[in-house]
This record gives sequence, structure tokens and C-alpha cells, in this order.
Amino acid sequence: MKKLFIVWSLIYSTLSFGQEALPSMEKDTTQLDEVILISQRKLSNYRQEKTLSSIDDYLEKSNRVTMIKRGNYAWEPTLSNMTSERLNVTIDGMQIFGACTDKMDPITSYVDVSNLKKVTIASGQEGTENGHCVGGAIDLQLPESKYYDFGLKSSVDVGYETNGNYRTAGLDIEYSGNKFYLNADGIFRKSDNYDAGGNQEVLYSQFQKYNVSLQGGYKLSENHQLDANVIYDKATDVGYPALPMDVSLAEALITSVTHSFENDSTFIKSWESKLYFNTITHIMDDSQRPDVPIRMDMPGWSDTYGFYSKVKMEENKHSLLFNLNGFYNRSLAEMTMYPNDSNQPLMFMYTWPDIRTLYSGIYAKDAYAISENAIVSANLRLGIQNNTIGNEVGLESLQIFYPNLTDSKNRFLMGFAADYLYKKSNYDVSFGVGYGERAPSVSEGYGFFLFNSFDNFDYIGNPYLSNEKSFQANIKANYRINDFKIGIESSYFYIMDYIIGEIDPTLSAMTIGASGVKVYTGLDHASIFDVYLNTSYNFTEKFSVNGTVGYNYGQGSNSEPLPIIKPFSYVAEVAYATSRFNAALQLEGNANQSRFSSFYGEDETPAYGVLNLNLGNVVHLKSNKLVFKYGIENILDSFYSTYADWNNIPRQGRNFYVNASFVIR
Amino acid sequence: MVGQGFYIKIFKKQTQNYVSMLVAICKLLAIGMLLKQIKMKLKYILPILFLALFTVACSSDDNDDYTPPTSEVDGLQLIQELSNDTHTIELYNESGMFYTGYNNVSLRIKDNSNGQYEEDATITWMPMMQMPTMQHSCPKTNPMKASGKNTVYEGTIVYQMTNTDGSGWSLILEYTIDGMDYMVSETITVMQNDDQNVSSFMGSDDSRYIVAMVEPKDPIIGINELVVGVYKMENMMSFPVVENYMLTLDPRMPGMGNHSSPNNTNLTFNAADNMYHANLSLTMTGYWVLNLKLMNTEDEVLKGEDVTDTNEQSSLYLELEF
Repeated sequence: MKKLFIVWSLIYSTLSFGQEALPSMEKDTTQLDEVILISQRKLSNYRQEKTLSSIDDYLEKSNRVTMIKRGNYAWEPTLSNMTSERLNVTIDGMQIFGACTDKMDPITSYVDVSNLKKVTIASGQEGTENGHCVGGAIDLQLPESKYYDFGLKSSVDVGYETNGNYRTAGLDIEYSGNKFYLNADGIFRKSDNYDAGGNQEVLYSQFQKYNVSLQGGYKLSENHQLDANVIYDKATDVGYPALPMDVSLAEALITSVTHSFENDSTFIKSWESKLYFNTITHIMDDSQRPDVPIRMDMPGWSDTYGFYSKVKMEENKHSLLFNLNGFYNRSLAEMTMYPNDSNQPLMFMYTWPDIRTLYSGIYAKDAYAISENAIVSANLRLGIQNNTIGNEVGLESLQIFYPNLTDSKNRFLMGFAADYLYKKSNYDVSFGVGYGERAPSVSEGYGFFLFNSFDNFDYIGNPYLSNEKSFQANIKANYRINDFKIGIESSYFYIMDYIIGEIDPTLSAMTIGASGVKVYTGLDHASIFDVYLNTSYNFTEKFSVNGTVGYNYGQGSNSEPLPIIKPFSYVAEVAYATSRFNAALQLEGNANQSRFSSFYGEDETPAYGVLNLNLGNVVHLKSNKLVFKYGIENILDSFYSTYADWNNIPRQGRNFYVNASFVIR
Repeated sequence: MVGQGFYIKIFKKQTQNYVSMLVAICKLLAIGMLLKQIKMKLKYILPILFLALFTVACSSDDNDDYTPPTSEVDGLQLIQELSNDTHTIELYNESGMFYTGYNNVSLRIKDNSNGQYEEDATITWMPMMQMPTMQHSCPKTNPMKASGKNTVYEGTIVYQMTNTDGSGWSLILEYTIDGMDYMVSETITVMQNDDQNVSSFMGSDDSRYIVAMVEPKDPIIGINELVVGVYKMENMMSFPVVENYMLTLDPRMPGMGNHSSPNNTNLTFNAADNMYHANLSLTMTGYWVLNLKLMNTEDEVLKGEDVTDTNEQSSLYLELEF
């Protein structure tokens, strides 16, 4: 019986992590699998290519994640070809919303690898544990307190990259007692303008940021513990070469208090409750740009208060998870323009008119082990969301477009999914179906003249948008013969009332030089499809090759291709690894973007391929450890940009990097 | 300056709430300190606390409802006094100054002998502009008793122009009290308004017209009710209201690519107040130009042009800043 239980729980853990954890780790199998699965290691673990790689770099290793780049900092993650409003991005289950109307501050930019234990990525309705989504979820998980009584432990990290003169330094101090745990870490990053291939400097691509975090835990009793976590992140002087404006300040304070109960012998295995608060200030300005049609300031603020209470239970072959959560968010953004004629008064408007979002919902999941090899699981999320326009001026502004608009709107949201997993020693198969809904984002619902430099249109929100609804199906299969492994994974989304901007020819663009105005509408339906084929072969225990090819497709009911859909892509890697040394040569590229969406302002991105080399050494000095990571990115110094580079800004040219970490006990 | 007013508007209500909250807290603190000082017995404390709460509740109510004893010209500023032997006429408006454009004017007639304000007078007035070679008047409505007031009369004057130093205008006031006719005449100062809120022009029908903005006085970001008066210059002294014409409206922001705003309507005549009304959408604060085109009842354009890529501004326009 006990044996069965262990097997079952192993399967369950593979299910709960293995599926949510994106399979795409193939790109860098040895390094990332473990990070995503379990371990006491932090995200900046020593098996990554770079110990000091940013979260953005890290996420990009995943097949299904693509980072949209507007510069060298604060990349916006997309999952299954869907951007942030279709995803549910959380920090350890905490809702947090960027304060920039132009998506220059995805919340992944407000944490650093040093803050995190792991990142779980879930596709589609698998990802509704913390909130509603269509495309999936990214949860950046904070480390838990460790009561191992190892005393004081510290590590120092330094890194340097030649391209952009990029400097990084980090310090981590950890104290673990029997009842008490404390961790403090800080990291500082600074980069000048980077060079694209051929030593072409990309202006306004500099950035500077620091991040400090403090985590404390106290064990109240055998089963109860209390945790508190504070993260403060501040980026200044961030350039966005793809945009007409830069950011002079992006500041976040993320705080939480957590109570958790754990007991293996009771019906309730764990019960975790968290209260949290976070506040973001984001200030866009164009004072560094010499030549603009008009000077403007665009500050934004986003405050979120919330809680969740999560219970895990196990009974016979059932494993249950319930999550009750709620949050209250306030998003306010404004724009002040300074007329070139100084006799004229300032021009002011609310671009996010103080939108208050109140959400409460419940999530339930049951995983049932049909047999030793098969598990079926189902989950359901129900929620109610209210949006209120808190600012009278903002309401009056929007009434220009919607004269009968009232200040409050309620939405009911639901999502459910069912999965089946069958696992044998040499193969596994899983498939799932789901249905989900999401409410429009603040910009989609209430944005007021938000300029999108991608298609050169001003955008007006639409409070009357229907919820976006999605049916999804996904399938995944892996097969192993000795040292050869082949896997295929595919997902399909049929999205109804797909929210996208539509040109309103009667409206006059506010932004100087904009082509016109788009109003968010629900496209009748849209389809998004992706398929990836992964293979790997281990020649010996130390020497292996792996490769992935992927194809993505997206089309709307208006017969136009959707924007920002990944073209045919490939990754191939040859890797050599021992416990002391590792090396990998990687080829990564995209085919020509033939199905680009000129209708939505996209142009064709040509094919590219880049070659990367990374190496690593581990040196033990008594009880201390020294980890070196070094390598060359874009060895051939190609000048290229990908389909996800905003306004085709070129990516980094050749870059030599070295990271060194000292772990001191 | 504009920004300041704007913020004041927004936070006025909040500030009021905070102030009354603060007052309440201060009262509670004061009572608390009092209690401590005289070391009252416990049994007295509870009723006093109740009392405190009660006064707090009352006083915050008082704050909201409180209206001090007012004079009938409260909230208005004195522009000027015009005097003759028997009476002093006090002219008021919100700014205490005459500006070019549409002016709402309140006035009182004070009997110089006893200081009482006259409550039953019939008044006509005639503003006069002295030009080098001639003189002319301007559109106006004669003062009438203000509704709900005993001593205040309200009229309007549309100054279509002025000299740069504010000189040139005089006001002739004729009034009858108890069958007796009186007259007073004095020069007045009319300052040039910063924005063009009135336009005087020759139409294609060879008639001279005056178009003046009446509302919005305090524009909002949103849909404003635009009210405009249109007058025809029949002769130097007569400026009757023009009825049933139409003005097209195209608001633009020259400081920001000359963009327009959506859901504006054209100005149409309203016989109830003899004014032209329209919806004016202002998407942001700042400097706006309201491009107009005046059309007669036959839909012939008397003045103004469409704004196009090559024509940035109509020759008939009004300006607005907030």
C-alpha cells in the first residue's frame, strides 16, 4: 500500500509539475528541467548557462515562451503565441499588474532570479490555479523557508558581458536554524547600449536596475509556519530603442505574509494562506530623446491587494486542490504633453482612468489515479470580477466614446479543463481539453488614446467588450528507445470574441504621426495552433545531442493572420557534461516569417540562425565552491531581428560573457 | 495655472472629507485630553464619549449644510460702480472684470439717500464703443430681475472687441423707478480675453455677424455642452439674435498634430434661450480651436471653411483653454 502511494504520488508530482512545467526545456534539458521540477536550488542555479541570466533570458529557453523585445530590458513574455493580457502571470500566486500603458513593464521585470526558486509555466486552462486566462499561466515562485539548521551560508556572484559593457553583481546571505530562517539578497545590473551584429550600436538600449529582497520564516510548531517576504525592485534609466519613449523609473514593492500548515498524516496535507500587497510606479519620459514632435510624461501606478487560501487534500486515489482567492487592483495612468508653444497650457489626460478591479474566485482540481499508469484530472475555476472607473474625469473622458457608459461593470468568469495521462517506462501520452474565459485587460476595456508603436495606431478601450472565450485541445507524447528519445506536443486554441483593435476611420489620431485610431473589438473567432517535435540522443553518459523544431499558426475569422505568431523555428544542441565541466554548442533560428500579418501592422521578418557556445567549470575549495560560466553568444556576429522584436530592432551581436559565483559556507 | 485649477477641482471633495475627518479626530482628542486632565470617574466617561461622538456627527453634518448669511451678490466680484446724483449702480460678475466676449452681468441700484437697494426698476442699457470715426454698440440683453433675488438684476453684453489698453467702451444705463426716469453713463474698462471667445466678421451675404461662446465656462475632459450666441449687425446700434442658422463644429488641437475629437455635433438653434447648442468633445486639457462654419437657412456657407490637410484652420473659429 505504501509503495503504491509513493508511486502514485510520484506520478502525481510529475503531473502537477511535469505538465505545468513546460516541456520545452529540451532546449537546455540538463540545466532547466531540474529547476522547474523540484529542488532547493534557486533559479540562478549553477547548472544554467549563466548563473546570472535574467528571468527574461531564462524564460526564453522555453519552447513555447517567446519574449517580445522593445529593448534590452523588460521583455514581455508570450506563451503559445499569446501576450500578457491572455496570460495569468503571478508571483507566487500573487496577482500583480504592470503600471505601464504600453506594456513596457511586464511583471517579470520586477523580480530577479535571485528572488525566485522556480518558474512554473502552464499552457491554457491548466494555468487557472491563480486566475483566469486563455493562453496559460506563468507563476514565478518564491523560495520557501528552509529549517535545515545549516547556519549561515552566503554566495557572491559577479558577471561581465562584453556586448553593452554589461555588469552584474549579486550577494546572497542565508541563515537557517531549526525554527528560524532568514534570507537577504541583492542584485545589481547595469548595461550600456548594446551592439547589434557588425558593431552597430543600438541607441537607447541601456538599463540599470537593482533588486533587493528579504525573506523570513518562523516555525510556530511542528506543522505551522509563518513567512514574510519583501521584494523591492528599482530600474532607472531604461532605454527602449523600439519605442519613442524611455523609462526613468520603474519601481515595485512586493510584500506578502504567508501562513502554512503541512502534515503528511492528515486528510488535509497542506493549507497555505497568503495576504499580499504590491505597488508599482512607472514613469515614462522622453527627455533623453533629442528629437520628438512633442515632449510628454506618462506616469502610471498600479496597486494590488489580495489574498489566497490554498488547501491540498488526499483521499484514496484522489488528490484535491482548492484555492480561494481575491484581489483588488487600482490602475491609474496619465499623460501630460508639453506644447511646443509655451504660451499654450499643458495637455493632460487620463490614459487609464483609475480602474478598480475587484475579483474573487474559487478553483478546484482533482487528480484521480485510475491505475498505476493512468491519471485523469479535472479542474474548474469560477470567479466574479467587477471593474469600476474611480475617477470622474476618466468616466467623462470615456463617455466621449460611450455616452451611456456607467462607472461599474460586473463579469462572471469560468474555466475548466480535463486531462488524461498514461505513462509507461518507455513512453507516455497525455491529452486534454478545456474551456476558459477572460475579462478584458484595463487597456482593452478602458484605455484612452494609448499609442501602439507596433502598428502606429492610437487605441481606445471598449468597456462593452464580451469576455474572450477559448476552447482548447492539447496532446503530448514521448517515446524512448534506449538512449534515443522523441516527443511531440501540440495544442490548438479556438478563441471566440478574440480581443483585438479594429480601425475606426471616423476617429482622428491623437498622437502626432499616428496612422489612425483603433478601438478594441471582439473578433468573431480566431485559431491558434502550435506543434513541436523534440528529439534527443545520448551517445554516452556525458555526450548528447538534442533538437527541436516547431511550427505555429494563427488566423482570425477575418481571414487575416494574427500578429506575433512564431514562424517555423528550430534549435539544435550538442552538449558535453561532467560533474566538473560542461560545454554546449547551440544553433538556434527561425525560418522566414511568410505568414506575417500586414493587416495588423507586421512586416515580414527574414530567416536567421545564430550559434552560441557555453562552457562551465566547478572548482571546490575546501567547503567552498567556485562556479564559472562563460561562453560566446552569436558567435558569427549575425545582424538579425526576430518576429518578436518590436519594430524590428536588431538583437545583440557577438557577446562574450563570464559569470563567477562563490559559495561560502 | 490651468493645471492647478484642474487638480483643485478633482481633490476638492476629498479635501472636504479629510478636513471634516480631521476636525472630528481633533475633537475626540481634545475631549480625551480634557478627561485625562480632570480625571473624571469612569461612570461619567461613557456618556461623555457618546456626547463627543454625537457632536462629532453633528458637526460634520453642519460642515456639509452650513451656509453663512449671504448677501445677494455673494460669490460675485464688483466690476465698477456707476453713479449719478440719486443712485449708485453696482456692476458685478464672477471675475470682477469685463472681458471681450460674452459677459453675464449682475447689477444692483442703490439709493444714495438711504443706502437701500431698489427692488422694482425697469432697466435698459447700451454699451458704446467709441471708434476714431464712429461709434457702435454690441449684442446685449437688458437687465431683468434675477430669479429668486430681490435686489439683483441680470443682463448680458457681448463685447466683440476692445482697445489694447481696455479703453473705448462706455455704458449708458437708463432705468425707471416708480414712474421716474433716470440715466447714468460712464466709461468702462473691457480687457482683451486671452482666447478668442468671440468673432466678428463679414459674411458672404455682405452682412456683419458676431459669434460668441457662452458655455462651457469650466470645460471638462469629456462631452461639454457648447452654447454659442449668433448675432447680426443690422446697424451700428442693433444686433438681433440670428435664428435657425447652423454652425458646423470641428474642434482641433493645433499643439498636438491638429487632431480632432469624436462625437461632436453641429450647433443648432434653440428657441428657448435664443442660443445655438452642440456637444463638444474635449479629449484632454489644453488649447483647443473650435473651427466653425456658419450656414444660413438655405445651407449656404456664410463664413468658414472645412479643416483639411492643406487648410489647418477655418477663418471662423473660437478658442478655448483649460
